Amino acid sequence: MTITIGRAMLAAVTLAVAPFAVQAQDFIPENPECIAPANPGGGWDFTCRQVGKSLQDEGIINSTMQVVNLSGGGGGVAFAEVVNKRADDNDLIVAASSATATRLAQNAFPGNTMDQVRWLGSIGADYGVIAVAADSEYADLPALMAKMKEDPKAISIGGGSAVGGWDHLKVLIAAQKAGIEDVRGVKYIAFAGGGEAVTQLLAGSLQAFTGDLSEAKGFVESGDIKVLAVLAPERLEGEFADIPTAREQGIDAIGANWRGFYAGGDMSDAAYDYWVNAIGTLYASDAWKTVMENNGLAPLDLQGAEFEAFVQESVDSITALSKEIGIIQ
Amino acid sequence: MDTLSSLADGFAVALTFQNIGLALIGCFLGTIMGALPGLGPSNGVAILIPLAFTLGLGPTPALILLTSVYYGAMYGGRISSILLNIPGDEPAMMTCLDGYPMAQKGRAGEALALSGIASFVGAFFATWGLVLLAPQLVKVALLFGPAEYFALFTLAFATLGGISASNQAKSAFAAALGLGLAMVGVDTQTGVPRFTFGEVHLYDGIDFLVAIVGLFALSEVFVFLEHRGSAAEEAAKPKMDIGKIVPSWGLIRYCTPTMLRTTVLGFIAGVLPGAGASLGSFISYSMEKKLVDPKGETFGKGDPRGVAAPEAGNNAAAGGALVPMLALGVPGSGTTAVLLAVLLSLNITPGPLLFSQNPDVVWGLIAALFIGNFMLLAMNIPMVGLFVRVLMVPPRILMPIVAMVSFVGIYGISGSSFDLLVMVGFGILGWVLRKLDVPLVPVILGTLLGNEMEVNMRRAVTINDGDYSILVGSPLAIALWTIAVVGFVLPIFYGKVLKRKMKNPSEEGSLKD
Repeated sequence: MTITIGRAMLAAVTLAVAPFAVQAQDFIPENPECIAPANPGGGWDFTCRQVGKSLQDEGIINSTMQVVNLSGGGGGVAFAEVVNKRADDNDLIVAASSATATRLAQNAFPGNTMDQVRWLGSIGADYGVIAVAADSEYADLPALMAKMKEDPKAISIGGGSAVGGWDHLKVLIAAQKAGIEDVRGVKYIAFAGGGEAVTQLLAGSLQAFTGDLSEAKGFVESGDIKVLAVLAPERLEGEFADIPTAREQGIDAIGANWRGFYAGGDMSDAAYDYWVNAIGTLYASDAWKTVMENNGLAPLDLQGAEFEAFVQESVDSITALSKEIGIIQ
Repeated sequence: MDTLSSLADGFAVALTFQNIGLALIGCFLGTIMGALPGLGPSNGVAILIPLAFTLGLGPTPALILLTSVYYGAMYGGRISSILLNIPGDEPAMMTCLDGYPMAQKGRAGEALALSGIASFVGAFFATWGLVLLAPQLVKVALLFGPAEYFALFTLAFATLGGISASNQAKSAFAAALGLGLAMVGVDTQTGVPRFTFGEVHLYDGIDFLVAIVGLFALSEVFVFLEHRGSAAEEAAKPKMDIGKIVPSWGLIRYCTPTMLRTTVLGFIAGVLPGAGASLGSFISYSMEKKLVDPKGETFGKGDPRGVAAPEAGNNAAAGGALVPMLALGVPGSGTTAVLLAVLLSLNITPGPLLFSQNPDVVWGLIAALFIGNFMLLAMNIPMVGLFVRVLMVPPRILMPIVAMVSFVGIYGISGSSFDLLVMVGFGILGWVLRKLDVPLVPVILGTLLGNEMEVNMRRAVTINDGDYSILVGSPLAIALWTIAVVGFVLPIFYGKVLKRKMKNPSEEGSLKD
């Protein structure tokens, strides 16, 4: 009983003080926690750990971000957990990416929708690439697409997501834009991760690879694989500047795997503002620019409401595409 | 020579007081985590990542800490296998088969010490393999396409018959059960959920660790609960003897050929991405059994070679798994996936250029592996005397601890209470299977290998437009199939015919169940 009263008083005091402490830190997470909705080692795990480390290095949070791996259902278990049990947890953020949007769009999180959580901000985007082995006969994207159009069975494309997942969708977007009418004929082979797919490309089992630039980075630098096109609106900066975009080759396909965070649907406004601000500050820092550069992440600077609108838009467009190619009805 | 001077530089990096201290902490924590059921190398490493970041360690010290935990856990997994018949992690499962019988015969100390030495041999030579052969080995990994992987996993399956000597039909039933369990989850080749009953927790399939801890640890607790009433009987049983702590030279020499053979096998299994330490220890055990004990007379009943084989194999595989991780950026096991993530967050991109771009990190890491390995040997042999005292703990105290550690460990991996229910389900299943005298190991192997086997077959066939001839389309695939058929499948049938002729016909009835 006393505890309840104590809490109520604390809440009352907090409420009374809040209006005066405008942008000053009226919320500081005591135990900042990041849920990576997958096993250790994947992209979401990286997002949590890298952001947690950088937030601490930059002094934006005072204590170490605890990373919790809550795997299952391609992120669905974590999503359901946050919606059902931790909606009002102010210390909690959850890693998300295009894969999250894809699954939300395809109703792969049963009973969950994107408006049940609050979307905080992005930390960059990984643009899709379509690549072939260095000794491949295909010199550019139109050549590969022409072959796929003429004889869909000749080209096996591998990627790190399941059928219907983002790596698969990216290559279908490109195929559609290249004028292939029945994209269901595209031979996509699912692997457990981008690295495994690249290995099979090098082993000669596959003719092409669809994935993120970061997955292919090491092999591009070593000259083992040749990137035919990056699915970005314009050429990337830095060391990847000589990779042509699909658009400049006449195939107007764009596929970005964004990375960002969401939080519980009942997170307080003060906490929401704090996290949006923290992610924004981190994004603007020089240290984060280095991280982005080292990991092949391209700029995508969206926070708060802007980010929410962006996620909504990607969910809508993936829904439309998935219907068109028959993945969902 | 270039390699050796790089390695010397690596030792210069690794041999600082801080790094040695970190290696010591890592080895110790790793051994403990490996020994506790439910906590394996991959979550052991994952748990310590925040520690590495909090201490503000640079890339090399952080990697030294985490790889020490990795090697430590690979050592530690055997302890509970031998003492309690509960594998501390997946690869340690095979060590139960002969380790526990040895302990029951009063040779627990010897089994622990011998397995420590076997672990050392496996890890030591695998690290040399990593030093000398990493670039060449990558080419081996590239020979394996989906069809070859399918043949490899089939080969592994074909050896199942050799695992349990008693009743092949029950082994086959257990393996089929495991295969069935492997089918649960979203099918990646079509995106369709199978046997998930609309339960989102089942979309990713069943976690092996949950299955192992349930089947082995919890069922042990259930068996104890069942016999609780007959405590007097228990007390009347002679106390398990600890036995000698240091194995004789003769025993070590006796097991040396085994260790060396299985080190090579385990290392190769580790190098192949997707195969990993579990396959390494499994293939090592069953190959060794086929080789030195073809009639199944001593293996499974406490043969020291049956302890040395899987331990050398799985530790060699742990070293081998670092090859594709460092050189290709492709993790060969769950733990290397975690290490890969650590490398990425330290702004180091593994891949073909890692050895030339970050030589200090790579060679520092390799030197640390050597240091950790010696440290583990030095730590583990004297600690045998301490570990075996676990056997003195009366079951009524030990079993609740086992149950507690199991629950905490599993909750720690996934953070979901659903997995706890699945684990209890597996515990009950394990108890029933024990009652029916069905071996548990093939269940896990079916689950572990089934998925990879299926997925690779379907990849191969899809790539070849539905034409199954690709499965025997390369010399390597044909070679693997030949080994599978000649070495393992034929003896199962012929052996049975021979046995039947020799034994009296009344025993045939057991084949029908």
